[in-house]
Order: sequence, then structure tokens, then C-alpha cells
Amino acid sequence: MTQTPKIELAGVKKRFGSKVVLDGVDLTVLKGESLVVIGGSGTGKSVLLKCILGLLRPESGMIRIDGKDVLRQSHKERKAQMAKFGMLFQGAALFDSLPVWENVSFGLMKARGMKRNEAKEIAIEKLQRVGLAADVANLHPDELSGGMKKRVGLARAIATEPDIIFFDEPTTGLDPIMADVINDLIVECVRDLGVTTVTITHDMASARKIADQVAMLYQGKIIWQGAKEQVDNSNNAYVDQFIHGRADGPIKMAVRSA
Amino acid sequence: MNFFATVGRFTLEALAALGRLAIFAANSVRHVLQPPFFLKNIGQQMMVIGYYSLPVVGLTALFTGAALAQQIYVGSERFNAESTMAAVVVIAIVRELGPVLGGLMVAGRVSSAMAAEIGTMRVTEQIDALVTLSTDPYKYLVVPRLLAGLVTLPLLVIVANTIGVFGGFLVATQRLGFNPGNYLVATMNFLETTDIVSSLVKAGVFGVIISLMGCYHGYHSSGGAQGVGRATTNAVVSAFILILLANLIITITVFQS
Repeated sequence: MTQTPKIELAGVKKRFGSKVVLDGVDLTVLKGESLVVIGGSGTGKSVLLKCILGLLRPESGMIRIDGKDVLRQSHKERKAQMAKFGMLFQGAALFDSLPVWENVSFGLMKARGMKRNEAKEIAIEKLQRVGLAADVANLHPDELSGGMKKRVGLARAIATEPDIIFFDEPTTGLDPIMADVINDLIVECVRDLGVTTVTITHDMASARKIADQVAMLYQGKIIWQGAKEQVDNSNNAYVDQFIHGRADGPIKMAVRSA
Repeated sequence: MNFFATVGRFTLEALAALGRLAIFAANSVRHVLQPPFFLKNIGQQMMVIGYYSLPVVGLTALFTGAALAQQIYVGSERFNAESTMAAVVVIAIVRELGPVLGGLMVAGRVSSAMAAEIGTMRVTEQIDALVTLSTDPYKYLVVPRLLAGLVTLPLLVIVANTIGVFGGFLVATQRLGFNPGNYLVATMNFLETTDIVSSLVKAGVFGVIISLMGCYHGYHSSGGAQGVGRATTNAVVSAFILILLANLIITITVFQS
């Protein structure tokens, strides 16, 4: 018997007004697998993540998590589902009114009712996991550098020990060295925690490091999916153009001229 | 053709906005009644809305009450009716000016700040982050602000009314030579329970409007810094208009001749 996929999408469509963003996305992620979705800016990668997370509701199609159809769930079931998720946002999305440690343990305190001192201990432990010293815990997010914010965001995403973690452009806005540090942290966390991850990025160096599977999103559809090793000989002109970053090819960038 | 298209588009947009607001308000009310309750956030918001608004509301009331007394004295001199001054001041302040001016001042201070804060949280994905951490943004952000508005505005208006009447009292006794004792007796004689109750009801309604407009516009803001700026402006303008409209409706309902 084949194992139930952790995440399964079929024919997911989402549009904003007359603009079709997702035009029938089919995608499967197995348990413990790391899928990286690549694609140009504005191809709907973030929308795809938000649909899976339940932050956006697609017009049609099916999304299953652990075999359960999330679009037909009751409010209560959805909430239970959300506890399985962790997410690292592009800009880290730390709560700027709260100190770092309360950010990290937010889910533990607010949603699970953990006591403050216990939550703080866990927060410091998670911060150390992502390579931050304990004294960072009492700083506020606006006192952190971009790389530190991402680390805190990662610590917050793993604090509730989720089954599935989503990464939205984890390396965007970081220098190449810091980007690699974050990549290493992601790989480490994923391996140690045994979680399933979905990452969206246009950074190929990051994709090669993090991915087991790579899928390419173009014009609202997944046009190619395969193991990381196959990405260089995909025989797909779109994928080739993207991974080599060429301006010429089948993908025409909408350049605003008229 | 163009004219009809414009009217049509405007009507559609207005109806869509009204619908969004109705859904937002209904969601908020639903979440007021269900746990978990974020008591700490309610306390924080009560401080922000109530305590920190005291200076601006107090000064507004003081100056308005004083100016009102002066005007009424000058106006009523022609009819030899200076003695009714105390009555007019207290009624005007408690029934209308205290709650309305207090509400407008707090709206200017608080609706804008709420819209800016929640709007920034929206565009930096902090609201999405709340959801992924299993925390309902309505419960965590909106409900505490609505409750704090509902509770603190009446308290603020009690202060505003008192200071406003005191402003009139100052002008009457210090500038116009009224007898302090007689003035206070006249004030108390003309003040009725209905006046106070209507004043507090207005304040509560205005408090909800202030928080609702701040939260609604912030929550639905989009498009970066410019979007947050727009949300802030819209929050203040719509809060002002709704406060004045609600005031008219309550006044007509309560004070029928």
C-alpha cells in the first residue's frame, strides 16, 4: 500500500479579481520530504503557500493534509490542523511589540497556555538551536539585524514542534554567507525534527541545498517536478532558463514598457 | 455614459465596503463572546485609549466650556436672561459637546494609531503569523480594542463633562461676576438623569466606532506604506463621520419634544 501523502493538492485555482494567479496546481509532498517550489517573482508562489496554510481560500480544487480535505473542514478541525504548521515568513514577521523570547514562545503561551517562565526557558533553548545567545531573548525585534530576525523567525516556527514547516523565501535579503548559514540551519532542523517542509524561493543555491524534490511554478501551474539531482537535466526549457538565470528563453518577463 | 459608469462603480464599491464592514463587525462580536480572552491586551488598550487621552480630552472640554459660557452670556444679555446661563452650559456640555468633542478628539488620537499599527502588522505579515501560531487575530487584536473603547469612552466623557462645566463655571465666576454658589445650584437643578444616561450611551457607542474604524481599516489595508497611510486617513475620517451621525440618531431618539 502506498503511504498517504503529507500534503496533496489537485486542481487548485485562485484568482484575485480578473487576475488568475493559480490555474490548477497539482502537487504532492510525502512525509519527511523537503519540497522546494521555484518560480519567478509574481508567479503565485506565496499565494500557493497561503492557500495550503488556509490563509487564503482557493476558488476550486482540493487540498489534503494527512489525507484530510482542509477546504471542507469545520472551524475547529482547521484550528487543530493549524497547530501542525510552522511558518517562516519572508520578512520574518516578528511581532514588534514583544521581546524576542515572547515572539519565539508565542504559540506555546497563547495557543497552548504554557506558563511564562517555562515558555521562556524553551524560547532560550530554541534560540540556542538557531545559534543565538541567551541575551538576545530580551531584545526587541527592531534591535536585530536581518539575519538575526530570520533566525528568530525560524526559532518561532520550530518552537511548537510542528509536523510541517513552510519557508517563504528564507534567504531573500541576506548576504550569500548569511543565506548559507540559514540554509544549513533549515537542513539541520528538518533532519533533526523529521518534519515535512515546503519552501518557496527563487534562489537556486538555496534550493539545491534544502531540497529533496524541486517543483517549478509557471503561469499558475506546476510545469515540472522531480528530484533535486534531475533539475540540471530536466529537458525542460523553462526549468533550464530559470536555473541558469537567462533573460532569453521561453519565459518572457512582462517588462513594463507600454 | 461615463457619468453613469462612475455612479455605478461608486455604488458598487460603497456596497462592497459596507458588506466587508458588516462581516468584520459580526466576526468581532462573535469573538467577544468566546474564550480565550486576552485580558492583558484589554488592559493595555484601556491605558492607551483612556488614560493617555485624558490630557487632550480635558483641555478640549475646559476650553470649550469656557468659550461656551462667554458666548451664551453675550447672546443672552439681549434678553436679560443671564440666569439661564448655567443651565444652558451644563445641558449643552453633557448632552452634546462633552461626548461629541471627546469622541472626536479620541478618534483623532486613537483610530489613526490603531489603523497604523494593525495596518503595519497586515503588510508585514504579522497578522498571518498570528494565524499560523493558532491565535485568532480578531481575538488578539480587535476584541481587546473594541472592549477597551466601549468601557473607557464613558469614563473619559464623565471627566470631559465635569471639566467642561467647570470651564463654564470659571468664566462665569471669574470674568462675569456670577455668584459661585448660585451658579452651582442652577447647574445641578437643570441637570437630569436622562442627560447623563444619554451622554454615557453616546460615549459607549462612540468608543465602539473609534475602535471598529481603527481596526477595520488597519485590518484591510494593503500595499505597503502608502496603503497604511490611506488606512490611517480613512479610519479617522470615517470615525468622525460615524460619530457625528450616531450622535444625531441618538439625540433624535432620546430627546423627542
